[in-house]
Amino acid sequence: MELELRGITKRFPGVVANDDVNLTIRGGEVLALLGENGAGKSTLMNVLYGLYHADEGEILIDGVARRFASPRDAIAAGVGMVHQHFMLVPVFTVAENVVMGVEPTRFGALNIREARREVRAISKEYHLDVDPDAITETLPVGLQQRIEIIKVLFRNAEIVIFDEPTAVLTPQEIEAFFRIVESLRVAGKGIVFITHKLREALRIADRIVVLRRGRTVGEVLPADVDDRRLAEMMVGRPVELVVKKAEAHPGDPALTVTDLTVADADGRLLVDHVTFEVRAGEIVGVAGVQGNGQTELVEALVGLRRVESGEIALAGRNITHHSPRLRHEEGIAHIPEDRQRDGLVKDFTVFENIALTGYYDEPFSSGPVMHWGTAEREATRLVEEFDIRTPSIGTATGTLSGGNQQKVIVAREISRDVKLAIASQPTRGVDVGSIEYIHDRIVGLRDRGVGVLVVSTELDEVMALADRVLVMYGGRIVADLDRATTNVNEIGLYMAGATSAATREHAP
Amino acid sequence: MTDAGTPEPATGTARARPLQRLEHIDAKNTVLVPVLAVVSALVVGAIIVAATDIDRLQHGAFGGIATNILDAYKALFVGAFGSWTGISETLVFATPLLLTGLAVALSFRSGLFNIGATGQMLMGGMAAVWIGFTMNGPGIVQIPLAMLAGIAGGMVWGGMIGVLKARTGAHEVITTIMTNYIALALVTWMLKTTAFKQPGPSGNPISKAIANEAHLPKLLDFVRPGLRANIGFLVALAAAVGVWWLFRKSKLGFELRTVGANPDAARYAGMRIGTLTVVAMALSGGLAGLAGAVNILGTNRQMTTSFAGDIGFDAIAVALLGRNTSVGTVLAALLFGALEAGKTRMQLDADVPLDLVLVVRALIVLFIAAPLLTRMIWRIKAEGGGLGLSFRGWGS
Repeated sequence: MELELRGITKRFPGVVANDDVNLTIRGGEVLALLGENGAGKSTLMNVLYGLYHADEGEILIDGVARRFASPRDAIAAGVGMVHQHFMLVPVFTVAENVVMGVEPTRFGALNIREARREVRAISKEYHLDVDPDAITETLPVGLQQRIEIIKVLFRNAEIVIFDEPTAVLTPQEIEAFFRIVESLRVAGKGIVFITHKLREALRIADRIVVLRRGRTVGEVLPADVDDRRLAEMMVGRPVELVVKKAEAHPGDPALTVTDLTVADADGRLLVDHVTFEVRAGEIVGVAGVQGNGQTELVEALVGLRRVESGEIALAGRNITHHSPRLRHEEGIAHIPEDRQRDGLVKDFTVFENIALTGYYDEPFSSGPVMHWGTAEREATRLVEEFDIRTPSIGTATGTLSGGNQQKVIVAREISRDVKLAIASQPTRGVDVGSIEYIHDRIVGLRDRGVGVLVVSTELDEVMALADRVLVMYGGRIVADLDRATTNVNEIGLYMAGATSAATREHAP
Repeated sequence: MTDAGTPEPATGTARARPLQRLEHIDAKNTVLVPVLAVVSALVVGAIIVAATDIDRLQHGAFGGIATNILDAYKALFVGAFGSWTGISETLVFATPLLLTGLAVALSFRSGLFNIGATGQMLMGGMAAVWIGFTMNGPGIVQIPLAMLAGIAGGMVWGGMIGVLKARTGAHEVITTIMTNYIALALVTWMLKTTAFKQPGPSGNPISKAIANEAHLPKLLDFVRPGLRANIGFLVALAAAVGVWWLFRKSKLGFELRTVGANPDAARYAGMRIGTLTVVAMALSGGLAGLAGAVNILGTNRQMTTSFAGDIGFDAIAVALLGRNTSVGTVLAALLFGALEAGKTRMQLDADVPLDLVLVVRALIVLFIAAPLLTRMIWRIKAEGGGLGLSFRGWGS
């Protein structure tokens, strides 16, 4: 099956989301659709999937023009879409979710046995390894995604669109996902892989189409380009993928953590007797697979989680039991891991979010009264300084792109005078241009003499930023390495749980 | 797209406009949906009147039905606004609805659902009536004191809910409903004690009457003495301004809004969620308590067990219709007050049962609670690709 988008133009009031886009998708091929947030990728795919109607242009299947009035038409024509946010009923079984809407019936009653059989067959054919009787909400995200894939295949899709499929997956799940994509390709399906991650596009795609501001700026073969060239095509200017930074000049300890222990309600140790130090003017990276205590460590450091035992000192002063507010005053900046949940109020305006953590005192307020004028001026200044792309400072922050939301947080947290900055996953889900910018800012903080702790599950990010690398595994810090002398392989071994001694034996 | 359901602006020069437009749509809907909800409710109410008018239906007198409905609504309007008495009564009915409506709106915006305005109003009324009959003037001292007592009574009763929630996690919907009953039982018992009970042989739980000095000054005495409207309405308007100031200008209001919109972010920002929960419920209860005090001092003059009536529940409808804003709540309270004030006239003039007002009120709540339904009826298109009604994405 061959599907062609010809001259697609889609306008929204005031913006052209797709401008004369041409695209061909063939069976047995993986096409990566690469572009920054807002480049028009999802709009294009929504046109293809029948969610939007193109203002101009046409969709051809095997050379015949087709019109998709709704996703129903698209599905009937063999186009399936796996959305980034799954559309599953949590309490349904896998089989129930798969057949929902197109249930096989027997004398008018739901034939769940037939559904289960089909799910099992598809699961087997594509090595998806999903139990049709499992309750959806009990499954990890990676498996839930596979349910969506089965749904699409169950509806006999020949073209499968994946919208940012790896954004929600762990590194291991991403690997498994790529294997599934491979088996789909072998089976002759046409695959569209929407992403803004360069490496993934290079890794999995047969062809890469780059969109920028609604236009196709190039179609390339992975063999002909590298990530630097792709990034340039995406952003429209040369992008520095490597963080430029000078030698660190560490000073006095900014943060001293001694024998810190954090436990959950059942007494299980989440952070297990951790000791380390972050000095002023250095970036310490914490590497580790998600769920090895990094989240809890950070929460303890900023006062959001009770410390079981041990001590936290900021510039030599014990702050172990200080409130989050007090720590904020004492000079800790915190860029939280989950910006949508913790870092922002999505319904609030940009200037309200700029005031979110400092609102309680001058200059944002005095006594019981807020000074919104000051907040607005400050927001205007930060929007300018941090290149936050927003229509106005009065815009609801939730409507900004991920990168710009993150810039709001970064701007708010580091624009004041701080001693220690703690950044968790500072660039998760952020576009390339913003990643570069945020990394530069973090290095800038360091050069200002701030101690910086960067926690990231992206090893690349830790390697790019850190002067020293700590590796967390099972709640412990299993390695404390100098960035200059370590390498990805060594860190990878520690991340997988190797102990120091064992690693030393095996590492060259 | 990278983030949960966030519509993203396209980058570049053109990116500014669609978002401004989105805001515009939201602003429009804030006004449009409630207005259309009211209109829809009136229309559906008319249909119900028509469908139940068996006599005329049997005789095929459709013109008569239409005239009758128009007469009914006209009488409703005239009853509410067509005379000084009507206006006065509209204000009298609107006053406690406004104060309790503000109470509910305040709790909503703080992320809480206060269904306990009835109980808080009862406690506020008790406190106010006690000051009202134990003291004897001068009004300039006694009236503010009684109002403060009412606020305090409501605050204690509401704050208690906040404490329960903050300390034990008990859900405020459950606890407010339960404490409504407790408040009613408590008031019934207190009204039988010698401290409160009015002298005389009657065994009814009715309190002593408040001193003349404690009566709220009349608002429309300059027009005609005897009109019931009193400065209680001005107090309620002042409260509306106060709530507006709280949420727009004050630090506490920002904290309450943050907790209401995103408790995780509030915690991250170092706000004390437990304390704010207690404060929000206490303020909400205080407003409801003030409603009780104003009712006692303005119109009721003495405490009875039925004095709160359904006001605490109608308040939820008022807050919903007013979109939890101060201005909206004022308008919604006036509307509900007008319906209440005009309904008798409607029954007399057009022979349409009083219950039509109840039906219309219920329909308003329905249409407000289901904005999609309202938009569907009126075919308000959601912008952006002519998509589903709730869709407001811009695609990346």
